[in-house]
Amino acid sequence: MPELSEAWRGAMPHIVGLSLMVSLSATAIAAGIGLPLGAALAMLRFRGRGAIILGANALLGLPPIVVGLGLYLLLSRSGVLGGLDLLFTPAAMVLAQTLLAIPIVTALAHRGLEPIWSRLGPAFELDGARIWQAMPHLLAIGRTQALTAVLAGFGRAISEVGAIIIVGGNIAGHTRTMTTAIALETGQGNLAFAITLGLVLIALSTAVSLVGFALAGRHAQ
Amino acid sequence: MRIWLLGLLLVGAAGPPPAVVLASTSSVENSGLLGRILPIFTQQTGIAVRVVALGTGQALAVAARGDADLVLVHDPDAERAFLDAGHGVSRRQVAWNDFVVIGPASDPAHVAGGHDAAAAFAAIRAAGAAFVSRGDRSGTDAQEKRLWRAAGLEPAQFSGGWYREIGGGMGAALNMAHAMGAYTLADRGTWLSFGNKEGVRIAVEGGDALINRYDVIVLNPAEHRPEGREPADALATWLLSAGGQAAIGAFRVRGEQLFHPG
Repeated sequence: MPELSEAWRGAMPHIVGLSLMVSLSATAIAAGIGLPLGAALAMLRFRGRGAIILGANALLGLPPIVVGLGLYLLLSRSGVLGGLDLLFTPAAMVLAQTLLAIPIVTALAHRGLEPIWSRLGPAFELDGARIWQAMPHLLAIGRTQALTAVLAGFGRAISEVGAIIIVGGNIAGHTRTMTTAIALETGQGNLAFAITLGLVLIALSTAVSLVGFALAGRHAQ
Repeated sequence: MRIWLLGLLLVGAAGPPPAVVLASTSSVENSGLLGRILPIFTQQTGIAVRVVALGTGQALAVAARGDADLVLVHDPDAERAFLDAGHGVSRRQVAWNDFVVIGPASDPAHVAGGHDAAAAFAAIRAAGAAFVSRGDRSGTDAQEKRLWRAAGLEPAQFSGGWYREIGGGMGAALNMAHAMGAYTLADRGTWLSFGNKEGVRIAVEGGDALINRYDVIVLNPAEHRPEGREPADALATWLLSAGGQAAIGAFRVRGEQLFHPG
């Protein structure tokens, strides 16, 4: 047991760093797609809008294991994207978590920004050019709503294990994150250590949320 | 953001220095064996090894799709089928140990102390004692099914609450056996390095039917990424070499040898 914990002390910084790197990257990409999309859904009426809203809300419960399996089949050497050589890499894990987070950011951003826009919208003249100038204003005024959407996406990303364990492979020192390490330790019967890792994970995701809200609060003043 | 994503894809595609993806059965990884011996190989050759630890069935499936460079598994029947299908070109034994039947200290089927696993399985069935089956087509799962058939029983026909297929790894099965006071079949490596075993112990061990052989399979070069071939051959050669075999034999957990070379 002592030798095991020795090994873990060495591996921990990489595991924690990789968890944050992968999930923050996925969240940033999902925010980059989901926030403008959510804002556009709140601001505009266009063909297919209803379908996108329905789709984003339906995919809130997208099962990570299914995303992982689908992505595995695509990224596998015998899959369509096999040539990219992405399977069992951190980039594949970013991709998986991005897919999981996009519907969450989009649906929550739309839901949060729509009432703001219904108050704010009449003040803007809604032609095609101005809508893109109005969007940053909407996101700035609705930043707490946007932040909640982004943090919900981050929460999904950092906590899931089903997708990344398939496309990442839980490779020590390469694709092992907090959640896959917890799964591994539970499987080895090291329950006390697994729960300790779990508490570290909860503390980390709480810290990220606090930093997010602190930043939003500071900008509000 | 799109540019960033593209950048990530490119970083992933460019890849680091020589590395071999080893699809291994979970027991050699989870027991700590690979974590101990592979750094020696990496130090000698500069080749990094990325271990994807899966059940034998899944490891072979992943390799059949071209997603691994080398395979280290322990299910002779499944390995033969894999070779017959043309996915692998050679199979060599690198290590062996044995399976053990794990059971509750109360031993409701009265099998403790025996060496005949098939007879013990028949007694467990007759007593209706709880049994946890991996049910995940791993090497251990396949061995368990063979033992039931050796006892003249067909596990596919088991019904009722006593036989529970959990579809999980060795650790999950041991955790559940521990929680339910059930019997299960385990590889000795995982059992010895397992942490949560208060109230459960080895009931049956030592019979010939319980031998557990680990094989390395060199994959068909036509189906796999060419850049993985050389490092994979190097790793297979090293595992079978005097140095690799000595490293396997020297691995101990709490003073006990988990794997025997050869």
